[in-house]
Amino acid sequence: MPFQPIKFYQTGTFTVGNRLLNPEVRSVQSHRDRSNAINSGHRACQGCGEALGARYALDAAMEATNSQLIAANATGCLEVFSTPYPETSWQLPWMHSVFGNAAAVATGIAAALKVKGRSEVRVVAQGGDGGTTDIGFGCLSGMFERNDDVLYICYDNEAYMNTGVQRSSATPPAARTATTMPVGPHPGNVFGQGKFVPAIAMAHEIPYVATATVADLHDLEAKVKRAMEFHGARYIHIFVPCPLGWGTASNDTIRIARLAHETGLFPIFEAEHGVQVSALPIRKQLPVEEYLKPQKRFAHLFGANPEPGVIARIQQRADRNIRRYGLVQQEMVL
Amino acid sequence: MLKQIEGSRAVAEAVAMCRPEVICAYPISPQTHIVEALGSMVKSGELAPCEFINVESEFAAMSVAIGASATGARAYTATASQGLLFMSEAVYNASGLGLPIVMTVANRAVGAPINIWNDHSDAMSQRDSGWMQLFAENNQEALDLHIQAFRLAEELSLPVMVCMDGFILTHAYEQVDLPTPQQVDAYLPAFQPRQVLDPREPVSIGAMVGPEAFMEVRYLAHARHMQALERIPQLAAEFKRVFGRDTGGLVHTHRAEDAETMVVAMGSVLGTIKDTVDEMRDDGHRIGVLGITSFRPFPTDLVRAALHKARRVVVLEKSLAVGIGGILSTDVRMAMSHLPVPVHTVVAGLGGRAITRKSLHRLFREAEQDVLEPLGFLDLEWDLVNKQLARERNARRSGPAAENILRDIGTVASKIA
Repeated sequence: MPFQPIKFYQTGTFTVGNRLLNPEVRSVQSHRDRSNAINSGHRACQGCGEALGARYALDAAMEATNSQLIAANATGCLEVFSTPYPETSWQLPWMHSVFGNAAAVATGIAAALKVKGRSEVRVVAQGGDGGTTDIGFGCLSGMFERNDDVLYICYDNEAYMNTGVQRSSATPPAARTATTMPVGPHPGNVFGQGKFVPAIAMAHEIPYVATATVADLHDLEAKVKRAMEFHGARYIHIFVPCPLGWGTASNDTIRIARLAHETGLFPIFEAEHGVQVSALPIRKQLPVEEYLKPQKRFAHLFGANPEPGVIARIQQRADRNIRRYGLVQQEMVL
Repeated sequence: MLKQIEGSRAVAEAVAMCRPEVICAYPISPQTHIVEALGSMVKSGELAPCEFINVESEFAAMSVAIGASATGARAYTATASQGLLFMSEAVYNASGLGLPIVMTVANRAVGAPINIWNDHSDAMSQRDSGWMQLFAENNQEALDLHIQAFRLAEELSLPVMVCMDGFILTHAYEQVDLPTPQQVDAYLPAFQPRQVLDPREPVSIGAMVGPEAFMEVRYLAHARHMQALERIPQLAAEFKRVFGRDTGGLVHTHRAEDAETMVVAMGSVLGTIKDTVDEMRDDGHRIGVLGITSFRPFPTDLVRAALHKARRVVVLEKSLAVGIGGILSTDVRMAMSHLPVPVHTVVAGLGGRAITRKSLHRLFREAEQDVLEPLGFLDLEWDLVNKQLARERNARRSGPAAENILRDIGTVASKIA
């Protein structure tokens, strides 16, 4: 097949159709023989970012491991919508134990495989932000510290969506959730210290840490494949918009995820052994309003009683991310 | 081979001979010596192949065991007290999923007030978790029960807790007969899991089950416990054939023939009770003992058969169901339904309070005189209790109760008798 050289970022959407790419660099999702690790027919909401992220990530991991993969899953949307037995979406061996122990269950699976000499079989653990940054954090940190041979993937939709949109430690400041309602003198979630688990994972100096969004399939798949090149503890934090919880249109999931990146609110980068090794650059930084406005969870910042001060503070967070992770090319310090 | 060793060491040797493939360790007294010994055996290569994982909590310990067991590995851990409660969610999960994990519980009180000494509050808190619970009377039985536990767990695909009294057994040096690895291999076949995570045959484990099937799944757990009631004596008999020792089983009686007074208990206190009963028998008292080895499943029929001829039953238990009284005795009463035999609950030995022959002599004589209340507390210091109750009546801010009582007692060593 003749190869047509193209610049990757050539269109207004910063994406490019697979048909223009050399077959070798086309996405796993474009392969007819992709594993469909999480098969269609599950009960996720329309436009669910988590279902998309899990499909992208696991299909990439399945390809990287020649389908020799076992998954441990925390309780949450992903677990509930995928296994209303007798139906299951999982085309790989999959286990759900409880909410807070996916990382430890994965450690046990990896230990069993090691003792049985099944070195070809790899282990992935997955959970939402609640199961990762809150209730599962102890087990996650323990798995990191022991450097167990597990890839942990967090699908971050920034609240407890399965139980009805309550705040988690990954919920951003000012966001409306069922437990941080837009009422009183400081509507929405508080401006706390934040808990950005990728940075905490880096502090454990594990072999590989990466962030990604469902807006950039090639980037996400590349990171999953890269993660499978390492042994030991690895962590990928995938930003997955939730139409139901965020009050966004279900056909806007990809756009919202892209805006999170382009405003600087969600930094996309890789780190190896605690040191950042790459950043996905922002071509043209957009003001955070572009990201906030389409989401009903931030509606109280605009409307009849706008909160320009709050928006300015959110903009400061985006600007800080851009400086810290070198997201705008001319400022990159790598 | 006869050896004079610590109870924890004996258990570690037995567990090692069962060839566990994944061992999870988190320190909590008084089970630490067991996993320390196993860790050393794995690190030296003496126990191989085996992964020994120092986890960051008991919740992780049970979770790692769950993952390992579901991947077809023989998994073991040990805990006690607060640790058992901290892992409780995963304890229920392991049995709900039908994973044959074996866990030692070095029985210890549950706080507050924090207390590291022995009673059965920890294991009792998990009595409805779906785990089988076997109670060891002495270190030989603790050793033997672990070997039987792996066999039982894997046959029925259900987890087993082997409960042994913290410090009283775990830290006691006494003579035990250590089996040979060949004997254990002859008794315990390789683990053949009912379910396993394997890319060659992908399955989903741990799916959500709704009202349409949840009761049936739970009933199956009960049905397996009922199967265990049949298998436990058979496995004990087979154990005797291989190892030449009569240990395990569901219940054991001692001097029960023609007994008018029957004493029921579990664990190491049975030794003191038997000594006391022997002395009383020598004095012509018609008193006997029923020791319960299998608390879950509870051998209702055997308990009834052992007790129905008695004129009275005294259940001595190292746990307290606050607000009602006994736990073991509630089950004994259930077994004695419609029998005209009074069952007395005597709560004893909480938090390591010693249970002495002197106190038992007094208790059993009171039982024979039919002056026991339905619920009693052995060697409870009523003066201290009443003083604190008066303090609470007299002042709203009476302060922390435990600290008040300790202040009343003054500086003393831990009370033995």
